[in-house]
Amino acid sequence: MDNPVFHIEKLNFWYGAKQALFDVDVTIRPNQSTAFIGPSGCGKTTLLRCLNRMNDLIERTRVEGKIALHGQGLYAPEVDVIELRKRVGMVFQKSNPFPKSIFDNIAYGLRIQGVNSKNDLADRIEASLRKAALWDEVKDRLNDSAMALSGGQQQRLCIARAIAVEPEVLLMDEPCSALDPVATAKIEELIQDLKKEFTIVIVTHNMQQAARVSDHTAFFYLGKLVEFDVTTKIFTNPANKQTEDYVTGRFG
Amino acid sequence: MKIRDWRSVAFTGATGLATFCIVAMVVVILGNIVWDGAAQMSLRFIFGGTSEGMFDAQKAGVFPMIFGTVALVVLMTIGVVPVGVITAVYLTEYARHESLITRVIRGAINNLAGVPSIVFGLFGLGFFVQFVGGGIDKVFFGGQLHYAKPALIWAAATMAVLTLPVVIVATEEALRAVPHGFREGSLALGATKLETIWKVVLPQALPGILTGAILAVGRGAGEVAPIMFTGAAYYLAHLPKGPTDQFMHLGYHVFVLSTQSPDIERTKPILYGTVLVLLLLTFLLNLTAVLVRAGIRAKLRAANG
Amino acid sequence: MELHFDHELTHLKEMLLRMAALAEQSVADALKALVERDDELARKVDMEDVQLDRMEIDVDREGVQLIALRQPKAGDLRFIVVAMKVATELERIGDQAVTIAHRSRELASEPPVKPLVDIPQMAAIVQKMTHDVLDAFVYIKPDLAREVITRDNEVDKLREQVHRDLRNSWLKIHPRSPAPSTS
Repeated sequence: MDNPVFHIEKLNFWYGAKQALFDVDVTIRPNQSTAFIGPSGCGKTTLLRCLNRMNDLIERTRVEGKIALHGQGLYAPEVDVIELRKRVGMVFQKSNPFPKSIFDNIAYGLRIQGVNSKNDLADRIEASLRKAALWDEVKDRLNDSAMALSGGQQQRLCIARAIAVEPEVLLMDEPCSALDPVATAKIEELIQDLKKEFTIVIVTHNMQQAARVSDHTAFFYLGKLVEFDVTTKIFTNPANKQTEDYVTGRFG
Repeated sequence: MKIRDWRSVAFTGATGLATFCIVAMVVVILGNIVWDGAAQMSLRFIFGGTSEGMFDAQKAGVFPMIFGTVALVVLMTIGVVPVGVITAVYLTEYARHESLITRVIRGAINNLAGVPSIVFGLFGLGFFVQFVGGGIDKVFFGGQLHYAKPALIWAAATMAVLTLPVVIVATEEALRAVPHGFREGSLALGATKLETIWKVVLPQALPGILTGAILAVGRGAGEVAPIMFTGAAYYLAHLPKGPTDQFMHLGYHVFVLSTQSPDIERTKPILYGTVLVLLLLTFLLNLTAVLVRAGIRAKLRAANG
Repeated sequence: MELHFDHELTHLKEMLLRMAALAEQSVADALKALVERDDELARKVDMEDVQLDRMEIDVDREGVQLIALRQPKAGDLRFIVVAMKVATELERIGDQAVTIAHRSRELASEPPVKPLVDIPQMAAIVQKMTHDVLDAFVYIKPDLAREVITRDNEVDKLREQVHRDLRNSWLKIHPRSPAPSTS
């Protein structure tokens, strides 16, 4: 396969003395969505947060092995974590818009990058709100507080905020788990559109969602990668009995 | 009545009684002061000076003391808030939570909070007035006496050290109350830690920080022991012109009146009047700060939706 | 871990096994009607076919319901989809048995050509194949399934034998005219 975005090789990860990932090998392909599934505590979120080094925020974590973004190791000493996070954006499980206006929320990332002219900001904010399928709902109230939006709208706002800085990859950590089915469906539709422009990695505990939304699926159990394949194969004819048991709901 | 009922009735009664006692005490104290001090209230008293006669109830004024107290509190606040906030930010956002340095700093803050006020006074004298002041004089003024004496700036510095723990603790609480999600969201967009703190965390924590400042102001206006050796004066002919001047102070004036007065009965009205003015001033300072905080809270509530 | 869903899958399997037993029975009855020229039995085969039609509809309905409500994946999904196809095939066996039964009614009014040997043997093999293949499907025995496939060769050979015998009989009676097609 040409030009993988992420190449993860023999990745091991510890929280203090507790090992959370064991020799994980995964490849993330460009302009596709890859899902990480598995029961609670299997390491899928840990792995996701390694991809933009958000795990650095936790004390006493240790990484061994390699994660390469277009060939360059993420944990190499010369890597600028700030720049990395501009290329690899993240949307969180519980939507976290800033207590500012809708406009200022999306402008936040842009201003940090030095975009300050009112026109530039307005254009880019409109573009990202359109891509996040939120423009029509908020175009007349950009100065209202972001916290006044519904849960589903807030999450789409967070998506707009993340894609406004034009990252290459969008990491999504169970983005719909706090949302109702209608809001969830809207975001799942959105992910299918976003794939054209971004590479998406999504962690979900909802198997049906992984089946609906992803091109490739990786199944994790107790910190190990059990199976990684095209989503169709994982859900119609998985090679591994553990995968079959999980996918048919006969786990535990 | 069932057993469960009488227990809760008794408990409600006990808490009601305690509340009543507290309120009664406040009413008695304030009532006593207002009763005896109200007679002394007049424009001459508030705006007049001490040139006529400090111990004469008909002629005394406390304006220099009001001016000195306010100046002290303002300088103290300018000193304590930045230092306290930066320390709290370090402890909450940067320090590793179990490291030795963190525990040492926290221990120091706790101990500082327990130091008696008079000790602060001696500390202020020895450290600020003599050591720092003397050092400045030696380095900048070739030995001439400019700073190595009791002064407004040293009293303010001493009070700042005294109220530091309160500001640090209040700020830490406010910082911890800011949801972690805001920090994560900011960092995930490629902001540095400093940008995150400055643009997202501190604005949210502002009401809490102001609470700390309000508590500091409350102590700063009232404490007398720390300023006795470091800047407060028994009598000055004029108002302090700069930070190196001494100043008169409402609380200190009460002390002066009660220990230096030739005729305590004649001075008593001035005493009560001064105390009343001090209480009113503290109340006003607090009210201003509370209003500012309320304004900020209202703005935050609008932003927080 | 056993789920309620597993009970539902077991129920579906039982339906298929009952269908297969009925299909086997109707083939046996159709052959007996042919050999013994029994009109009663021929009519019984008709009734069995009607029942098989109903059972196929039941299996289809059950399968669609399970897919809609349980969203089965992997092995479960493949089983349900194939089960519906198996039901269709079993229903067709019933149709073929009816064809044999009707033919046997017509032939009952004609004099017999020769004693039937090969055809009953074919029927016996086919019955056993039906039984075994359902067993292999429901209880997941891939080796048995593969073996059943090979038995088809025996049935083919017996069929060719029957055709050869019939052609020879015809030629004996009509030496010069070509035998009607027996394909």
